[in-house]
Amino acid sequence: MKEDIILAGVGGQGILSIATVIGNAAVKQDLNLKQAEVHGMSQRGGDVQSHLRLSTGPISSDLIPKGAGDLIVSLEPLEALRYLQWLSPDGWIITNVTPFVNIPHYPGQDAILAELRKTGRVIALDADAIAREAGSPRSSNMALLGATAAVLDILDADKLRDGIRAVFARKGEAIVQANIKAFDAGLEFARKSHE
Amino acid sequence: MTISYTMSENQLLLLGDEALALGALDAGLSGVYAYPGTPSTEITEFIQNRKGYKGRGQDRTCGEPPVHCNWSSNEKTAMEEALGASYAGKRALVCMKHVGMNVCADPFMGSAMTGANGGLVVAACDDPSMHSSQNEQDSRFYADFAMIPCMEPSSQQETYEAARAAFDLSEQFGIPVLMRLTTRMAHSRANVTPREPRGQNELHFPPEGKARQWVTLPVNARVRYPQLIKDNEAFEKAAEESPFNRYVDGGDKSFGIIACGIAYNYLMDNYPDGCPFPVLKISQYPLPKNLVYRLAAECKTILVVEEGQPVVESALRGTFPSGITVKGRLDGTLPRTGELSPDCVRTATGLPARPERPASQITVPRPPALCQGCGHRDFFTALNMALEPYPGARVYGDIGCYTLGYMPPFKALHTCVEMGASITMAIGSSLSGGYPMVAVIGDSTFTHSGMTGLLDAVNEKADITVCISDNETTAMTGGQDSAGTGKIERICMALGVEPEHVRTIIPLPKNYDEMCSTIREELDYHGVSVIVSRRECIQTAKRHAAAKK
Repeated sequence: MKEDIILAGVGGQGILSIATVIGNAAVKQDLNLKQAEVHGMSQRGGDVQSHLRLSTGPISSDLIPKGAGDLIVSLEPLEALRYLQWLSPDGWIITNVTPFVNIPHYPGQDAILAELRKTGRVIALDADAIAREAGSPRSSNMALLGATAAVLDILDADKLRDGIRAVFARKGEAIVQANIKAFDAGLEFARKSHE
Repeated sequence: MTISYTMSENQLLLLGDEALALGALDAGLSGVYAYPGTPSTEITEFIQNRKGYKGRGQDRTCGEPPVHCNWSSNEKTAMEEALGASYAGKRALVCMKHVGMNVCADPFMGSAMTGANGGLVVAACDDPSMHSSQNEQDSRFYADFAMIPCMEPSSQQETYEAARAAFDLSEQFGIPVLMRLTTRMAHSRANVTPREPRGQNELHFPPEGKARQWVTLPVNARVRYPQLIKDNEAFEKAAEESPFNRYVDGGDKSFGIIACGIAYNYLMDNYPDGCPFPVLKISQYPLPKNLVYRLAAECKTILVVEEGQPVVESALRGTFPSGITVKGRLDGTLPRTGELSPDCVRTATGLPARPERPASQITVPRPPALCQGCGHRDFFTALNMALEPYPGARVYGDIGCYTLGYMPPFKALHTCVEMGASITMAIGSSLSGGYPMVAVIGDSTFTHSGMTGLLDAVNEKADITVCISDNETTAMTGGQDSAGTGKIERICMALGVEPEHVRTIIPLPKNYDEMCSTIREELDYHGVSVIVSRRECIQTAKRHAAAKK
């Protein structure tokens, strides 16, 4: 069994924290993992992406082939669209709908959402609002991860919660709980929306 | 940003950079010597993140037994310091991005002539596709140029193992070894199982018979050079027998494949049940010619898949009898530029492309930009205001976050070439009659390669205005110590800039008028002036504020 995930966002939004939680959970399950990250200049507010590959068997390439991605998980709607070529025909897009506008000529939000919906299997959530309503306004990335858990096959929600506990443990129990609350709220939203 | 690795039993999740660092530590490393540069920075940071390191000025080693881990001023000083450690019998690692090899080329080439005493490994991280670089140069050329062995591991586990193998090779043959990583190895994380660490070397200087080669006078170098050439036979034999190089036969001999380093992964990703063609996997150089001949005896066509420049492909073209065809980046079978991908390697082997969705037509690029609140922004705003009445002005930029001052809305820079060229190019243009000639350089770049240029400016009495945009860190690579923090004005005055023409400004919107008039006063002074525009990087400032809480 294997699952290939494109993580996308804008430099500084925190896609690496999502990757770290998944990575932590994966290694505890003895899954093989490869995760190609972007460091350096792009982190200055540019588009960033990470290729995350999970498998029970060996993984050769650090990069996901085009047309082979099972999921695109994006903290920003325009960034979800940037990697469509990597998404397999029955792949899922899980994306935050809150735009991060730091460029001129940012396309209209309606056009972006329409294009996203055309791709087929989409979970679009306002991760910022969901995290805020869960009382964890700084954990929108964990709300997005929660929504991802609704369709991720290779790791279940409990394993990801363990991952959150392990990754945020040194920041104290309050931070752990805030992140788990956001995660659960995202998960619930996704389950309801694709019922 | 460095994330501490996850541990489950005996398995770690490590970046290629981190796997190299841990491999070196477990091989008995005594010191890492480096200047930050993407994608190599995390090698040194992994070592610094071991317990106990407080940062330069307070500390110079970490861990037990202690390992040196302070940043050096540039790649040349790092290479020389490591060579000194090797001379003293210790194992040393030098790390840099590919273009750092140009900066340290002099001691690097020299180190092939002196040889190594304690194990000496030079890690060069290449950046094909130029994710965060100015060119795509391939460091394997440097290994070939210096005639030293080179390793190019294909997985994170292999990177961990290669670190120890490289130190062993270095000590066995008394020669530095180049470790070549590329972006997708350096910055990709995977499971790594470490093994038993071993201790460091004791202090021991080269023995009598090996002492002469460390003085590279012609009389000694003429003896050493033929020896180095002869040693290359042994390096090649080691590559032939290396477990890092593998010949895997295949039933379909319509062509054979040479896959180097990480390119091997892209190949095998397309053949999960095994490749039908004979494959020669290369992760250790010099190129093992006998293995290549074996492939050429089996297959009339050879496809070379390598990340970076066509180093192996170029070496093979023309060396075979006319009946053999070499394919790769030079004949268009693979793209001539940029990093490889599983997709382009797939096409090169003749497999049909996977169906893929069309790219979205409404996406727009999102280029990197200076952070909101960054001091460089305020500096560029004031500089542009100051230069308005001077249509002949040219602004010579340099390497760092502030290179983004070239982009809108600032459009403030006319040139950027390599570390330090701002000051020296401004001198050359000024001596050619240009006015006003302005250099913009960051604090870390200034101490890396700008100080000697400023001395030239003083000696030439050049009419230039040097702006040092000082954010008190090496920001582009994530906020490492900057060698000149707290010393910039004193360095400039010590190099001979008149104290009244070393000016300091604080880049904030409320200071625009004052900044503008200070810059204009110095533009109007027909000699060397330095304007230090100083405000801490907002990224490190945020981190420092969070740490205080």
